[in-house]
Amino acid sequence: MSKISAPSVLKVIAFQLGDNEYALPIHQVQSIERLMPITRVPKTVPFIKGVINLRGVVTPIIDLRTRFGLPEKEFDDGTRIIVATLNEMEVGFIVDGANDVLDISEEFIEPQPEMVGEIEAEYITGVAKWEKRLLILLSLEKILEK
Amino acid sequence: METTQYLEIFIEESKEHLQAINENLLELEKNPEDMEIVNEVFRSAHTLKGMSATMGFEDLANLTHKMENVLDAIRNHKIKVTTDVLDVVFASVDDLEAMIQDIASGGDGKRNVEEIVARLKAIESGSNVEKKEKSEVREPSHSSEGNSVQYDEFETTVIQQSKEQGFSCYEVIVTLKEDCLLKAARVYMIFEVLEKCGEIIKSVPAVEELEEEHFDHRFTVTIVTKDEASEIEKKVMKVSEVEKVVVQPFADSPKQASDHSKETDHSDKEEKKKASAEKNAKDHQADGGKQRKSKNVSNKTIRVNIERLDSLMNLFEELVIDRGRLEQISRELNHPELTETVERMSRISGDLQNIILNMRMIPVETVFNRFPRMVRQLARELDKQINLEIIGAETELDRTVIDEIGDPLVHLLRNAVDHGIETKEERKAKGKPIEGTVKLKAYTSGNHVFIEVEDDGAGINREKVLKKAIDKGIVSQEEAEKLTDSEVFGLIMESGFSTADRITDISGRGVGLDVVKATIESIGGSININSVEGKGSVFSIQLPLTLSIISVMLIEVGNEKYAIPLSSIIETAIIKKEDILSAHSKKVIDFRGKVVPLLFLEKLFEVPKEEAEDDYLSVVIVRKGDKMAALVVDSFIGQQEVVLKSLGNYLTNVFAISGATILGDGQVALIIDCNALIK
Repeated sequence: MSKISAPSVLKVIAFQLGDNEYALPIHQVQSIERLMPITRVPKTVPFIKGVINLRGVVTPIIDLRTRFGLPEKEFDDGTRIIVATLNEMEVGFIVDGANDVLDISEEFIEPQPEMVGEIEAEYITGVAKWEKRLLILLSLEKILEK
Repeated sequence: METTQYLEIFIEESKEHLQAINENLLELEKNPEDMEIVNEVFRSAHTLKGMSATMGFEDLANLTHKMENVLDAIRNHKIKVTTDVLDVVFASVDDLEAMIQDIASGGDGKRNVEEIVARLKAIESGSNVEKKEKSEVREPSHSSEGNSVQYDEFETTVIQQSKEQGFSCYEVIVTLKEDCLLKAARVYMIFEVLEKCGEIIKSVPAVEELEEEHFDHRFTVTIVTKDEASEIEKKVMKVSEVEKVVVQPFADSPKQASDHSKETDHSDKEEKKKASAEKNAKDHQADGGKQRKSKNVSNKTIRVNIERLDSLMNLFEELVIDRGRLEQISRELNHPELTETVERMSRISGDLQNIILNMRMIPVETVFNRFPRMVRQLARELDKQINLEIIGAETELDRTVIDEIGDPLVHLLRNAVDHGIETKEERKAKGKPIEGTVKLKAYTSGNHVFIEVEDDGAGINREKVLKKAIDKGIVSQEEAEKLTDSEVFGLIMESGFSTADRITDISGRGVGLDVVKATIESIGGSININSVEGKGSVFSIQLPLTLSIISVMLIEVGNEKYAIPLSSIIETAIIKKEDILSAHSKKVIDFRGKVVPLLFLEKLFEVPKEEAEDDYLSVVIVRKGDKMAALVVDSFIGQQEVVLKSLGNYLTNVFAISGATILGDGQVALIIDCNALIK
């Protein structure tokens, strides 16, 4: 996300996780799904919840709460799975709720945040202040790093 | 000419021709006197040259042309077949392969071929200079004017004979219109017209190439007939989209005056029949005859893009999942008519499955055919004499399996050539024939395909392997004493093991055999080694026929369903709790006189469930090679055909899970990898 010329716009998907609002660039997001049955995969790291049948493709599911060290929460009607792709890896993320699609001018994006929790800090590329909302921009690369 | 639409066919066919050249050259090396083989190579090279010139790949055509000159010289006994000559020819084939590869990957097929061309020329001129002129003429697509046709001895004889019997011989040069769309169709029509007039002796380019439209707009047909030249011209002109027809009398040698050929003699029909019958008989060996013959059989197979077969397979996999679902519903509803219909559908889709799987099967030949070259090269580098015997190259395997086994086999063969077969001196000293033999054998047995790499070399030294394994800490001294021969040999495939005393370029860097083993196990196969010291070794690979649809046994542990491949299952059993024995603090059972360890899946997989006390245990007895284990499960669900799916690129190396499948209810079930559970 280099800042080349002035009003460059980043399209993101905003979603809720606890009290914070996070965002992923839309070009990395493939779809947003309602919660569906997850098959547990034994002997994997705790944040991997298992796999789902996403229209015939077996897709691994990561619980972002666990990944960020947030307390666990019961799944409810708002719970969504955001399916993202990176380098031919297809992964679904469990989030508390998918909010909306936003166009953020890159001038509102500030690089290194200081005030957010420590565990999640390493997965963050920047913070955007947008119409009184605070969006935490996530790096898919870093979340998927092992 | 617009050629892009033919590019794919061009690449495919070029590969085939290069393969044919490779094979025949190897054959030629063994039988340097057999001119029939040279002819074969020449034909392939010639076709390749024509095709590449038509497609506008000048470098390719140029190099093929030079190679052809050398072959021609060999054919005419101007050059003797020696290993050195063949080395250069092989090298040029390598260059040709590289160019085709480049074209296939979107390049322009350009390559600096000066050096190799110079070497070819050196060979050629070292023998005879006048040869060159003759071969220059052989190039049909390049000779601009007149399309001079070269006839071989047989063809000239036929022409001579028919002339003696009062037939005329003409070269009919047909030029199609620039914008002609269906050139092959026009060619066919013209040939039909000409065949009615008389006998076609030869065409340039050859009939096959014409049918596949590997020519610009002009071609030459040589015909013996009783008709007048003008008559033939008129008849051919009637075919639409023909620009120009030139019928010129055949002039091969000065003694056959051209006016003579126009004469029409009245010899009786009996003679004519005899002549043509004789010709047909001879045609079997002749160039033209062979190609005419293949016209009839060439339509029995079609080329289908692999991607289409893959998407057919994918669609069918979806169907298999729905079939599972339907079977489940009909069992629940227990409605006789529904059950009957579903059963019928299952049978039909079962047949369909066999056909689709069969369609994707390709002979292992596609992998094997690059090995003779490789072994020859290695043998030359190591100064060994090695004969590679390939048996059962026609054995078929699923494409997905074929894609995986190339590298492991390369490794095993290199291993056999480098470490297996001894040097010439050693062999002589041991009283073995100087030439070592490496056998590559493939065969089908049951639901598996076996591929064996066998050498008659030094074999594996059991003691040396054991000592090294103990040194490296792979096994302990006590364990080592109990191992069987095949288990000891299996140690050389453990990671970090290499018995080669010296490191060569070819193999023996301590990596490799473990990778071979891992690759083969990852596709559901297994590898086994047998060896007799001094006599040689056999590496035997067992592979599944297909990877995409497998039969599994579904079992339940807690609330979770797992699938165990039927190929690993020996049987299922219900055992009493009191039959469980303890050995070395491990729980085992006695299964048909064998001590089999019990593995509790709920513990292994950390399944969340409440402890339930039961006097009986359900076990699935699975095997890996000779070793067995009994998996304790909660209940058996049943046997099913499932589609094997991967867990994706993110989840790799999951413990004891080889993949997943989608059940009839849409849920994912994991497939247990028994190889990982049995140590």
